[in-house]
Amino acid sequence: MSASLILIVIMAVMYACGIFMLLERSMTRVLIGFLLLGNATNILILIMAGDIGIAPIVGEGTTAEEIHDPLPQALSLTAIVITFGISAFLLALIYRSWYLGRKDEVEDDEEDIAVGERDVAVADEESDPEYGVDTDFDPEIHVEPSADTLHRPGGSV
Amino acid sequence: MNALVPLVVLIPLLGAAVALITGRRPRAQATVTVIALSATLVDAVLLLGAVDAGGTIVVEVGGWAAPWGIALVVDRLSALMVLVSAAVLLAVLVYTIGQGLADGDDETPVSIYNPTYLVMAAGVFVAFIAGDLFNLYVGFEILLAASYVLLTLGGTRARIRAGITYIVVSLLSSLLFLASIAMIYGAVGTVNIAQIAQRMHQVPPDVQMIIQVMLLIAFGIKAAVFPLSFWLPDSYPTAPAPVTAVFAGLLTKVGVYAILRTETVIFPDDALSGVLMIVALLTLVIGVLGAVAQADIKRMLSFTLLSHIGYMIFGIALGTVAGVAAAIYYIIHHIIVQTTLFLATGLVERIGGNTSINRLAGLLKLSPVVGVLFFIPALNLGGIPPFSGFIGKLGLFIAGAELGTPLAYILIAAGAVTSLLTLYALMRAWNMAFWRSSDEAKDDSSSVTEHLAEAPGGVQTITKRSVPKLMTRATAAMVLLSLALTFFAGPLFAISTRAAQDVVGSDAYVHAVLGKDK
Repeated sequence: MSASLILIVIMAVMYACGIFMLLERSMTRVLIGFLLLGNATNILILIMAGDIGIAPIVGEGTTAEEIHDPLPQALSLTAIVITFGISAFLLALIYRSWYLGRKDEVEDDEEDIAVGERDVAVADEESDPEYGVDTDFDPEIHVEPSADTLHRPGGSV
Repeated sequence: MNALVPLVVLIPLLGAAVALITGRRPRAQATVTVIALSATLVDAVLLLGAVDAGGTIVVEVGGWAAPWGIALVVDRLSALMVLVSAAVLLAVLVYTIGQGLADGDDETPVSIYNPTYLVMAAGVFVAFIAGDLFNLYVGFEILLAASYVLLTLGGTRARIRAGITYIVVSLLSSLLFLASIAMIYGAVGTVNIAQIAQRMHQVPPDVQMIIQVMLLIAFGIKAAVFPLSFWLPDSYPTAPAPVTAVFAGLLTKVGVYAILRTETVIFPDDALSGVLMIVALLTLVIGVLGAVAQADIKRMLSFTLLSHIGYMIFGIALGTVAGVAAAIYYIIHHIIVQTTLFLATGLVERIGGNTSINRLAGLLKLSPVVGVLFFIPALNLGGIPPFSGFIGKLGLFIAGAELGTPLAYILIAAGAVTSLLTLYALMRAWNMAFWRSSDEAKDDSSSVTEHLAEAPGGVQTITKRSVPKLMTRATAAMVLLSLALTFFAGPLFAISTRAAQDVVGSDAYVHAVLGKDK
């Protein structure tokens, strides 16, 4: 089986960009990342079809050896339709999220914030305010738990 | 007999179409949905009878013979899964209707709930009867797309936030699954599971390993196996109680089923059984420790759910007929009991106003029935004899001891500890919510709860509402079903063993699909 190098390079670049975008906080970029990954996977399916041949239409004079494998095309068509539908749903969800929160970002997990805040509260009680943990820390403002607040107080912070 | 197989998918899909048309008339829609799922249940019973008597049924869709056309394969494992799912889906539907009749449809837009629910049912059934990896992928996508809608019903802020996590994680797992299908096609030139099984041993071992790991990661995310389970406790508890119940009971089990099918039929060589055992161990222990730390019953149950996935992975990792049979029995037990517990928690939420065990108290006086309905499945999940949780775990431990490796014994120990900790978490919840009096709850210096994490989103006090009879009856029916697992444990374990013999070693499956001569 031989494969087109150009297709492989395109697929690799799309996978790389897609994963990069998926890791962003902005929801729109997550969507773009998902679209890139989906299409990269479709290209992967096409690469797996093997040697490129003539159109897979059975007629006079065509043999099985010279036509292109039609099954991966059918598979990727199905995958394209599914990706399309899910993207539409994701777009609606992003719009709803923006409508409710006026920002296009993945929100912090409330549980994580709670864990972060709890440890700060424990630190406030236990440590000496003069050279302990920064007691001016205001959990209302610092909603994102920083790496420090996730350690147990008294441990090697 | 062959007509029974496509009907399992066709009835819910047609029902969904009719339910969509009758969207304006809630009563007609509910009737259509109940009829559709009842018909599916009858179909599933007939199917299991036919398969158990006459062996695996293979339906070639469109009349194209197996390796070329799309095959629908129902062996005993598939038939069992379809039957249990249909029963659970029907019970949860009745529960939802009871809730809808009592509350009206201000919170959940019922006009789309029922059709979506039926589409999800169809997706689950497609996944169970797929004889073709790509069809399995399509089944997953059908059920996932429907589950996205159900999880974000109403579009409140908490649900949208939870929904986004769930959807992005599910999408990633679907893409991984699709990419592994592409690679399998590249390696063996087919997507028919039986034919893949036939040709896989000709593939170089390193390529086999890549494919196996990719499939395991893709299914592991869906089945919520540690370390791929982080999304589950965040997303499930925000959904409406019946939705959480059916997600917890069924959707993760579809992932477990896919792992079971691929590990036994496509990769019978056990190359990764050590890794799977370690994964099972971590899933068991870390999940249950999470459960012990939770104050909210729904979150606590989500953690026990992902902890108990570890038992099933343990059975699959053993790879012997006894291990797989115990895993199949455990899957059936867990689908029913976990769903029942979530339904009972929905009842608790109605009579108590919230689901935090720090705030609930004295519910036994308010409603002894709900107390019993929560107590029985709680004991069951905790593995108290003579309930099915005990039988399933015993089967797994015996299978593990037969294998006799040190890792298997470690897993047996971990399984026993997990069982006890599950019992501890559930009994603590029951004691706090039902047993203690309201006066004790005011004096909150209790040493039992002081270390508990209160989930900020979880503690929303809703107004206390009466419990409709239909909801109680649906939950009671589920409890009775879980008791039936004990009464009929002998025949059920026997059929699980026959189902395991069908899948272990892959020869039986390949012969059934492709014929003996190929």
